[in-house]
Amino acid sequence: MNQKPSSPWYGLLAEFEHPQDLLAAAEGAYETGYRKMDAYSPLPIHGLAAAVGFPRTNLSYIVFACGVLGAIAGYSLQYWIHVIDYPINIGGRPLHSGPSFIPVTFEMTILFASLGAVFSMLGLNKLPMPYHPVFNAPNFERASQDRFFLCIEAEDPQFDLEKTHAFLDGLNPQEVTQVEH
Amino acid sequence: MSEAAGKSYTPPPSELGPGQTSHTTISEKVSSIVLTKSTPLVWFCSLVVGFSLIGVLQIAIAWLFYEGVGVWGLNNPVGWGFAIINFVWWIGIGHAGTLISAVLLLFRQKWRTSINRSAEAMTIFAVMCAAMFPLIHTGRPWLAAYWLLPYPNSMDIWPQFRSPLIWDVFAVSTYFTVSLLFWFVGMIPDFATFRDRAKNVITQKVFGVMSMGWRGSAIHWERYEMASLLLAGLATPLVLSVHSIVSLDFAMSIVPGWHTTIFPPYFVAGAIYAGFAMVLTLMIPLRRIYDLYDFITDRHLENMSKVMLVSGLIVGYGYFMEQYMAWYSASTYESYMIHNRMFGPYGHYYWTLILCNIIVPQLLWIKHVRINTLVLFVVCMFINVGMWLERFIIVVTSLHRDYLPSSWDMFHPTIWDWATYIGTMGLFLFLFTLFVRGMPLIAMHEIRTLLPFGKKEH
Repeated sequence: MNQKPSSPWYGLLAEFEHPQDLLAAAEGAYETGYRKMDAYSPLPIHGLAAAVGFPRTNLSYIVFACGVLGAIAGYSLQYWIHVIDYPINIGGRPLHSGPSFIPVTFEMTILFASLGAVFSMLGLNKLPMPYHPVFNAPNFERASQDRFFLCIEAEDPQFDLEKTHAFLDGLNPQEVTQVEH
Repeated sequence: MSEAAGKSYTPPPSELGPGQTSHTTISEKVSSIVLTKSTPLVWFCSLVVGFSLIGVLQIAIAWLFYEGVGVWGLNNPVGWGFAIINFVWWIGIGHAGTLISAVLLLFRQKWRTSINRSAEAMTIFAVMCAAMFPLIHTGRPWLAAYWLLPYPNSMDIWPQFRSPLIWDVFAVSTYFTVSLLFWFVGMIPDFATFRDRAKNVITQKVFGVMSMGWRGSAIHWERYEMASLLLAGLATPLVLSVHSIVSLDFAMSIVPGWHTTIFPPYFVAGAIYAGFAMVLTLMIPLRRIYDLYDFITDRHLENMSKVMLVSGLIVGYGYFMEQYMAWYSASTYESYMIHNRMFGPYGHYYWTLILCNIIVPQLLWIKHVRINTLVLFVVCMFINVGMWLERFIIVVTSLHRDYLPSSWDMFHPTIWDWATYIGTMGLFLFLFTLFVRGMPLIAMHEIRTLLPFGKKEH
């Protein structure tokens, strides 16, 4: 936001009626050599992220790490309380009652992993994001309902307003519009 | 690529009714419940009933805090009464929501998509009602923080992590947090649909904030789908652990009738049973009021009835096992406990329980019953009552006569016990009524994936 956009346009947006048209268009654009693009759809479409050149998400590794952190935090909290900070003999049970510490450790594992899943998903997606240029496009409100969009961004080295427009027209879309910043 | 574009008619998928054939109809139908000025009269009635009962709840709690837990019918052997009964009842109801949204997702049961959102809402509100009881049963909940939460304080007091009661605190608070996150994350794309369909500026802004600027980017969907799948994978063991830990509140003690190893699976089955009965109790009127027959079809009613039938039989096995173990253990106290439970002063509760939970639900073997909404609704009501009686029997009949006859006593609930219980039902009804009118009742983005041209290829 703070850096000046190099072009007055954010990109070119093509609208499709069917998900498989969008998928084919995204694959076609990638083959033609476009790299800075994104597709917008009201439902998850299998293979669409790969088609716009996005590798597999590494979310699961983050979640796993959060889960391990939660397990360590949960167990060590109980160990520290009952063995180090305030050792007290209750009913002759050992200070370090391992099996009794498992339920809380388990719950903390799930809690940390779930928080990690939600907040890293939102963080990596840079949400919440109140403003985005694609919302300027006419008819884009249907991207959350029943229309499918492909946006080739102006930052792409191959982007050329006329050539890219002609390319998108060739994909048989409903409409192609220029998206302002 | 234009293969589908040439098709003039696509039959609806088997999970939906005949009216839902395109992305457009789904968005329109679900948004029309919220983005409209007209509200059904029955919605207002439900809101008024719920709100009035919240008043009852407030009075009951105010009197409790002023006077102390003596206002309830507790006495020396029965130190746990309605508070724990209602806690277990509510939390059990909540489990069906997680089961539908997480476990059925992992099993790829696509029919779940039209009921998972409202079942998750039911979970959140039921857990809110449940969590209230352990807090208020202390009588002085502002002091409860010392033994509930591990926070550093000047008196150096820590919770006792060897106690199942503290496991419960962690289990229920984790369960609530994870359910809330799962519910909210699921609604983000649907809030975006509402934002984009809203005509009114304020509505647009409110849903715009709630949707967090979701724009349906393919890269976002990729991470979103992964996060949903992982949350489902995490929520599945979580829901099983929560009710197991609830059952350990009883099973870790040495009270006859509580100290049994079958409790964790038996409690989990009971939770599923009670929860599905409550889902149907809510869905049957809801689909009638909002004409959701295309989304909640007879197939949904049938599938849920079958889940109830199976979990009900497991619960029946649990009752049988309690009797069997009382005999097989050759323990005087165990066998007295079961004899007292069946033929003692609370015997009529036990036989009502058997009627509600074992006998009446056998009607679900009949297909006509499973799809006849009126009969099914009545059966669900029997199960709702039966599952409450089950917790009453487990708690009260085990405690009121244990080892020493000199300390036997009867438990009689007072009007404040009932007021608190009925008050939480009002809170639940009120919150659910607000949810129906203000939030996406059906997961639109998941329903869209059921349509043939949106189908994912695996």
